[in-house]
Amino acid sequence: MLNKFPLWKNLLVLFIVLFGALYALPNLYGEDHAVQISGTRGGEVTMDTLSQVERTLQQAGIPTRGMSYEGGQVLVRLESDDDQLAARELLVSELGNQYVVALNLAPATPSWLAGIGGEPLKLGLDLRGGVHFLMEVDMEEALNKMRESMLDTVRDRLRDARVRYTGVRAEGNDVVVTLRSAEDYQGALSELRNQFEGYETRTDSGANTITLVMTDQFLQETRANAIDQNITILRNRVDELGVAEPLIQRQGQDRIVVELPGIQDTARAKEILGATATLEFRFVDTDNDLQDAIAGRVPFGSRLFNVRGGGQQLLENRVILTGDHIVNANVGYDESNRPQVNITLDSAGGRLMTQATRGNVGRPMATVFIEFLATGETTDEGRIAFERVEEVVSVATIQAVLGSNFRITGVGSIQDAQNLALLLRAGALIAPIQIVEERTVGPSLGAENVRAGMTAIMAGFILVLFFMGIYYRKFGLVANLALLTNLVLIVGVMSMIPGATLTMPGMAGILLTVGMAVDANVIIFERIREELLAGRSPQQAISRGYENAFSTIADANITTLITALILFAVGTGSIKGFAVTLAIGIVTSMFTAIVGTRAIVNLAWGRQKRLTKLSI
Amino acid sequence: MFLITKVDENNPLRFMSINKWTTALSIILIVASLATVAINKLNWGLDFTGGTLVEVGFSQPADLAELRDVLEANDYGDAVVQNYGTQRDVLVRVPPRGEANAESIGDSLLRILQTNVDEDLQIRRVEFVGPQVGEELAEAGGLALIVAVICILIYVSFRFEWRLALSAVAGLVQDVILILGIFALFQMQVDLTILAALLATIGYSLNDSIVVADRIRENFRIMRKETPVSVIDISLSQTLSRTLVTSLTTLMVLVVLMLFGGQMIFGFAVAMSIGVIVGTYSSIFTRSTIVLALGISREDLMPPEVEKEGEDQDPVL
Repeated sequence: MLNKFPLWKNLLVLFIVLFGALYALPNLYGEDHAVQISGTRGGEVTMDTLSQVERTLQQAGIPTRGMSYEGGQVLVRLESDDDQLAARELLVSELGNQYVVALNLAPATPSWLAGIGGEPLKLGLDLRGGVHFLMEVDMEEALNKMRESMLDTVRDRLRDARVRYTGVRAEGNDVVVTLRSAEDYQGALSELRNQFEGYETRTDSGANTITLVMTDQFLQETRANAIDQNITILRNRVDELGVAEPLIQRQGQDRIVVELPGIQDTARAKEILGATATLEFRFVDTDNDLQDAIAGRVPFGSRLFNVRGGGQQLLENRVILTGDHIVNANVGYDESNRPQVNITLDSAGGRLMTQATRGNVGRPMATVFIEFLATGETTDEGRIAFERVEEVVSVATIQAVLGSNFRITGVGSIQDAQNLALLLRAGALIAPIQIVEERTVGPSLGAENVRAGMTAIMAGFILVLFFMGIYYRKFGLVANLALLTNLVLIVGVMSMIPGATLTMPGMAGILLTVGMAVDANVIIFERIREELLAGRSPQQAISRGYENAFSTIADANITTLITALILFAVGTGSIKGFAVTLAIGIVTSMFTAIVGTRAIVNLAWGRQKRLTKLSI
Repeated sequence: MFLITKVDENNPLRFMSINKWTTALSIILIVASLATVAINKLNWGLDFTGGTLVEVGFSQPADLAELRDVLEANDYGDAVVQNYGTQRDVLVRVPPRGEANAESIGDSLLRILQTNVDEDLQIRRVEFVGPQVGEELAEAGGLALIVAVICILIYVSFRFEWRLALSAVAGLVQDVILILGIFALFQMQVDLTILAALLATIGYSLNDSIVVADRIRENFRIMRKETPVSVIDISLSQTLSRTLVTSLTTLMVLVVLMLFGGQMIFGFAVAMSIGVIVGTYSSIFTRSTIVLALGISREDLMPPEVEKEGEDQDPVL
């Protein structure tokens, strides 16, 4: 008998190998240092921006390797990392704060290859360096806020309709209204019944109470909104940091993952991301005496607040405006060159501000900064408890009727002004968030990991190649060829799959598949040896060896695949990377070790009718 | 032909003749491992306990005693300080503390070391895991092991037979226990990468036992006159060479990983190496012993449908 593959099978093997090699190719070209420019806070990147960037760099004499405009972003490739830093400095000052200028590494893949979707492997944070944060949103606080505003709305509604009530209080997420008389009850009912989206009305005419019950759907929506708003805010804040390819996404019920590759100053990143703050503007109560209040006689309608840096202030309970109306805020200087914060409000916010300040020019207005800080204790449900810390950060006298644009002076040092502006810009958080997990890898360790991983892969590879060549001779060389192809295929497939990233354990996974990929060939070759010992002809031994080994190999690999899938399901970050490479490696190694080697064996020995000996 | 071992089918190695000894050895090893885990406890890594870890590179070889003093003076008396890889690399680990701003402990540690010890220190790695997250990771990890074992049990029972499946899984349990025992004995840290190694070991060790089980099944079908003991001996002998070659290549690769792969991979490579050695042992001895003890017979392994005549013979040329 002869061992032959039909032509189509040979072509298929060839096609798959070439296809894999093609997509593995971009990894050979390396990466260029680059800066990436995108718009933020209304700034838009256009072709004009591109020419502006070009002009600026030309004037400064910084050579570039190319420049492109794509998807609202400008990417400038540079010769070295020194040029990269210089270009960034220059562009930041030239373009101003409506643009984010981030350092990046751009693949130097030639355009024909990039055109068919070829890109190099994506490296995980442990190889690239960067920060991974897992943040948890405090849903309780979000619901609390919702409750408070609902209570206010209901009270306003009843007051406007001149319905007298004995109580409006919250019960869980529901609002319970108690009324004095049947008459008031009827009045309230016509005001409240089915007036609020997300609430169902339940009545008890005997006790004169009306209960507005929050629907489950609305509860879900509120939760989803709290997450979404946090994600939006985090995006804005990440923009402040100037990170090239940040990842911000929801994980599970109330968590958000933030990954910032290549960032150096993690402390600052954390300060900006982790600080949850809201802002309120309130009038200072000038009708009553502060000292009296401190002595314990706090007047009705006002409350004492601590002032940052010491002291107290008596402020009205009424909030003029909250942070969610803030559209933009940045640092400037007043006439006497002291730092100030310029604030822009949305139109609703502007109207509120105008209304509030109209009769109040000359009165002091305080900016209250509200932070949610973790107390370190956990609540009964095992969650982290937050403490609401309110501080007056500035008191400024209203100089004129304010509109959508105004400024706060007397905010302290330039550093304080910058911090305040930054947090104002990022907006108010509905629900506070807390970092529950952080993994930071410095850039030097990342580079070292890549080096170590590459060395290990090379060394392990060479050892296995040697062993196989010696132990199985010519067939060993065939297995080695399959092993090399397997490596190319793993790299190719991983480069092709958008979600697959290479991590340090992933590199171990590649090496491990090298060790295990030979297993399939070992099983086949041992089987062939056995068949030869049993006295079969070489051609028959080859054929039977492959046939008998197949189901064994398949069973063995499927079970490993099961464990890889489970690892993927439960693992985080780098472990997922291990699972992905392991799974891909199993599939590609089955192909190369079974079909690939068979094709070569068939071509090399399968056509020889008088084959009497095998080099195995 | 040069061979590690090739055993004549008519004169197989009598593995099962020493199965009393190997059973005793297994029992001793398992009991010893469990006892070590119970007494020494596992040295759980940050992933599972929560807390903060900082790895820094100093410009000079670091004086650990001095570092400890500095940290103690700054309220971090509970910090564990140790070299990591080289003399200049130091790992500082602080257990979880029930205090506000737990996530900023890493930054504060770095600041202390920067101001008091070395201004030019390099930040290599900062990890913070909240206690809640640590608990969840531990739970997910334990669950993963159990789910993996159950999935495998189902798959192998479906593909082979329940006796073979049960013995395969028993071997896995032995592998995991022995690895954990050695980790407890040497107080090596158990973190997420070790979990990955345990699962990879499960996959690997199963590979071995499936190859053996496959051969046992095949031989039971074609060797009608042999006793179960000798069928198993023959099957083990036939697959021995493959078992050893694969273990050897995998071990080679793992040793290379240990030597060159860097600190973060070291634990993984150690755990897997132990796993490969133990896994090889259990697929040769433990599993076969259990299969025999469960009373496997030829009838159990016959295909459900009637065999076609001549299936076992060579195709006529």
